[in-house]
Amino acid sequence: MVTDASSGTRAAAASAGTGRPARYSPNEMMAVVAARELRNGEIVFVGIGLPNLACNLARATHAPDLVLIYESGAIGAVPERLPVSIGDPSLVTGSLMVCGMADVFQYLLQNGRIEVGFLGAAQVDRWGNINTTVVGDYAHPTVRLPGSGGAAEIATHARRTIVVARLSRRAFPASVDFVTSPGQRYHGTARSKPALPGAGPVKVITDRGVLEPDATGELVLTAVYPDVTAAEIASDVGWPLRFRDPIETLDPPTDADLALLRERLDPDKLFLKG
Amino acid sequence: MSRHDDPVHQRPAHRRPDVPASGSKVMSMRDAITSFVHDGDTVVIEGFTHLICFAAGHEIIRQGRRGLVLCRLTPDLVYDQMIGAGCARKLVFSWAGNPGAGSLHAFRRAVEGPAGDSARGLEIEEYSHFGMVARLAAGAAGLPFWPMRDYAGTDLPAANPHIASVTCPYTGETLATVPALNPDVTIIHAQRADAEGNTQIWGLLGVQKEAAFASRHVIVVAEELVDERVIRADPNRTLVPGFIVGAVVHEPWGAHPSYAQGYYDRDNAFYVTWERISRDPAQLATYLDRYVMGVPDRAAYLAAMPDLADRLRAGNRTCAGVNYGY
Repeated sequence: MVTDASSGTRAAAASAGTGRPARYSPNEMMAVVAARELRNGEIVFVGIGLPNLACNLARATHAPDLVLIYESGAIGAVPERLPVSIGDPSLVTGSLMVCGMADVFQYLLQNGRIEVGFLGAAQVDRWGNINTTVVGDYAHPTVRLPGSGGAAEIATHARRTIVVARLSRRAFPASVDFVTSPGQRYHGTARSKPALPGAGPVKVITDRGVLEPDATGELVLTAVYPDVTAAEIASDVGWPLRFRDPIETLDPPTDADLALLRERLDPDKLFLKG
Repeated sequence: MSRHDDPVHQRPAHRRPDVPASGSKVMSMRDAITSFVHDGDTVVIEGFTHLICFAAGHEIIRQGRRGLVLCRLTPDLVYDQMIGAGCARKLVFSWAGNPGAGSLHAFRRAVEGPAGDSARGLEIEEYSHFGMVARLAAGAAGLPFWPMRDYAGTDLPAANPHIASVTCPYTGETLATVPALNPDVTIIHAQRADAEGNTQIWGLLGVQKEAAFASRHVIVVAEELVDERVIRADPNRTLVPGFIVGAVVHEPWGAHPSYAQGYYDRDNAFYVTWERISRDPAQLATYLDRYVMGVPDRAAYLAAMPDLADRLRAGNRTCAGVNYGY
């Protein structure tokens, strides 16, 4: 059942409003929630930034047999330091295979070998379309973002795609300024095979809750983090956000998660700032 | 539309007749750039994070090349510097960020803001990574285009009219297509090469092989110049054979601040610093004056940063090798 979040129904967060200092940061919670999405043994195409951290957290905890694939050509990477970029040399050392990028995009991604794609996003809209290209008009942008990289084909081909993005009205507009990577619906048309073989974005993990597409492809709120209300999330989303009832409240990071993130995986806070 | 950006009228790849098929092609970086990179050329300096030949980019800046069509999946700092130095007319790319560190601000200044802004002036042609890979694969294979299952439900084809489609004659499926890219010159950095240009790399392979085979001319820049016997002892590691190579430049640390697996690590501190340098046109100009225009060659650039070896020299993770006997 889906309800209108703006009706004022609050999430059942037992510790809401206690005023205690936060034990963890929003980015740490995002990384932990994202890591929990990955099942042991899955083949994951890893994007740059927080997705990279989440995949390495999963590998260090419940999913030691996760197969990490980077668009740079590292297959089965086991980085001994946090890769600063997706072309980091630590992705090569000890990996199962290194191949050219023509092989990565054709034999692995286009041929349906990737189970999970993991993407960051500057903007995500009501239908899960992702923008990493421009803010404003394409020809005369207000802000020029990096562009697709491999994101367009990851969201096309991975059997399911998980998106990580921080909530704000600017980041979650009703429709994005530019569709870089395909979501569930484009100009009213639902995604379908064979042009779009994968399921597309099936979860959008934010810094306060999780959105998932409903049967029509519209993103609805399905889970909130401790001390967060559905109404406050709805106020940061650019469309009338609906939510699934009952809404789930997710567990906070464990002490072990936090210790791993802070001491081993990202000691220099490259991706955990904020 | 000039011949450079009209993909359907690009000349097929061929070797320039004055390039010998065999014999030493070793020359200085200055001579290699003078011989093979000309104003208005379509230029590829490839290497995905790994083996990006900054030494060549800097020499192109020093020689004052203008009107270049620069193609790369990730323009990276090397093209941001060349854009900042005024070498580029057009950028063909798929991800224009500072990997792991932020933005490419010379690039952004050249494309952001209202029409008529004096800082603007860089033409762009944008793909996804797969699109760029496919363009080079078509160029390397001698085909006019490459089919792919991509771009449905995205705004990329609307932003770039070169992204088209074709109906599969066997299944009836509509497939996206991208045109072949056949650069005038491709520059690849490698761990080692012999004097004829037989070139070996290991670690991330990027699209250097496709770029080299797609290109009319190839410059190889190597950390080590080795005897042909070293190449022949391990032929599976060879990326390109010497007969497609026009020039071989021996340039240790020529990829810094990028990296060469087994030789030196990426200078991440410099990538982070570039965020600050490139944000301010005056700081960017000061950087180029000091480290590019202010030095005659790569050796002088390295001499200006004597701590590089201490900070970045690679640790030892040697593999055992294989038996090629029969």
